[in-house]
Order: sequence, then structure tokens, then C-alpha cells
Amino acid sequence: MSLFKIFDIAGSGMSAQSVRLNTTASNLANANSVSTTEDGAYRSRQPLFQAALDQAFESNGAAVGVRVLGVMESSAPPQRLFEPGNPLADAEGYIYKSNVNIAEEMANMISASRSFQNNIEVLNTSKDLMLRTLQMGR
Amino acid sequence: MSLNIDKHFGVHAQAVQLRSQRTELLAANIANADTPGYKARDLDFQSVLRRTAETGEGLRVTHERHMLPNGAAPGQAPVLYRVPIQPSLDGNTVDVQQEQAAFAENAVRYQASLEFLSGRVRGLITAIKGQSQ
Repeated sequence: MSLFKIFDIAGSGMSAQSVRLNTTASNLANANSVSTTEDGAYRSRQPLFQAALDQAFESNGAAVGVRVLGVMESSAPPQRLFEPGNPLADAEGYIYKSNVNIAEEMANMISASRSFQNNIEVLNTSKDLMLRTLQMGR
Repeated sequence: MSLNIDKHFGVHAQAVQLRSQRTELLAANIANADTPGYKARDLDFQSVLRRTAETGEGLRVTHERHMLPNGAAPGQAPVLYRVPIQPSLDGNTVDVQQEQAAFAENAVRYQASLEFLSGRVRGLITAIKGQSQ
């Protein structure tokens, strides 16, 4: 019965969104992290989603779940700030602050939590339908 | 006079099957709402049901390598792509509100078909027992 596949599909969607929430939490927590060098600065991390296409070819056009391809680091340059009093400042008095965009991350967080809720709704509805199907004829 | 149980259930058995396939597709659309490049898909329920009701099981396949239109596997309804209302820059064509509405509608119609089916089963049971419950 194909309703069972919905648990896999919605489950993959939920786990993908929780990866996104995880990276968002990490980005927001490190928004004010500083470093002495440009390479050492924290860079914002974003998950890369992809439809699980290998399943699609197997089942010939059927519904597919989500796969997290990986987490990539943003290539935007870190902020260079002049703070000679900071113990982490380099010889010229500069520190390198993370390139996290807080507004973007907040929007990301809201979008991820809404998508997560959508998947839970789908799961609950499908579960109700299955339970009703089990009760057929009673 | 023999009773054909398949005929007694009528179109509702196939309707429930198609509804559950559509539920799966809509769930995949909602799960992939944030996947770049994902194209939302759906069934044209009316035409698929009409076809299955006419021929009994859709197009008949007499060889395992025979293909059906729109790339559907034997016994499966052809899947179509949704025309996006507001296409996004990353190639994703899922409109979450539209998918949620379709999902809710589909769930209600699934329950309706199920209720019809349930009624027929109860009727059969009453006939077998020969007494009103």
C-alpha cells in the first residue's frame, strides 16, 4: 500500500529541515565569533537539498523524498573590523568577524520550522487515513 | 445468481487506490518545498479514474517491456507536472499553499470513498448473516 511510503517521504523532509535548523542554530550562535586571521573566521553554513532521484528511477515516476547532499560554507568574505584593544587582534589591530547574516538566518529558521510543521501535518493526516482504512466495514 | 464482489464495490475500490497514490505525490511535493529544481507533480484524477473505470485496470500490458504514456509504470497512473503560478528563481515549482489545499481536499475525498466502500462491506456482511444489526 502506497500510503506507507508517505512516512518515508515526510520523514526525509523532516530530517532535511532539522539539518537546516541545526545549521541555522550554529550560524546564529556564531554570529559574533571573531578570529585573528581571515581563514580562521567562522563562515555561515547552509545545507544543500536535493530530491532523492535514484528512488524516482527505480519506482518509475513515483513520489520522491528529500536528501541532504551536504553542508556548504558561504564564500562571502568575513567582516574586517578595526579593534586594536581586542586580545585577538592581529599586528595591524584588525579582527575578522563571521560572515553570518542574522536577518537571513532568522528568515531561514522560520521557513524551516514552517516546512517541518507541514510535513508533520502530512504525516498525521496520512496516519488518520490509514487507521480509518483499517476500520473499513466495522 | 452469483454475486460479483468486484462489481459490488464499483468504482470506489479504484478511487481509494488512486487517492492514496495522489496523497503520496502531494506529500512528496510538500516535503520537497525547499528543494532547488524540484518540479511539483500531480495526477489528473478525473481522467485517470475514467480510464480505469472504462477498462477495469487502465491500459492493458501484455509484455513487461511495454511502456505506458507519460512514463507511468504498469498499473500506475500517469504523473503530470504542475504549471507554476509563481515560479521561483531556484527552479522549484512547489506552491505550498496550493499543495496543502490539494492535500486536504484529497484526504477528505479519500475518506468519502472509504465510507462508500465501508457501507458496501457492511451491506455484504448483513446479507451474509441474514439479520439486521
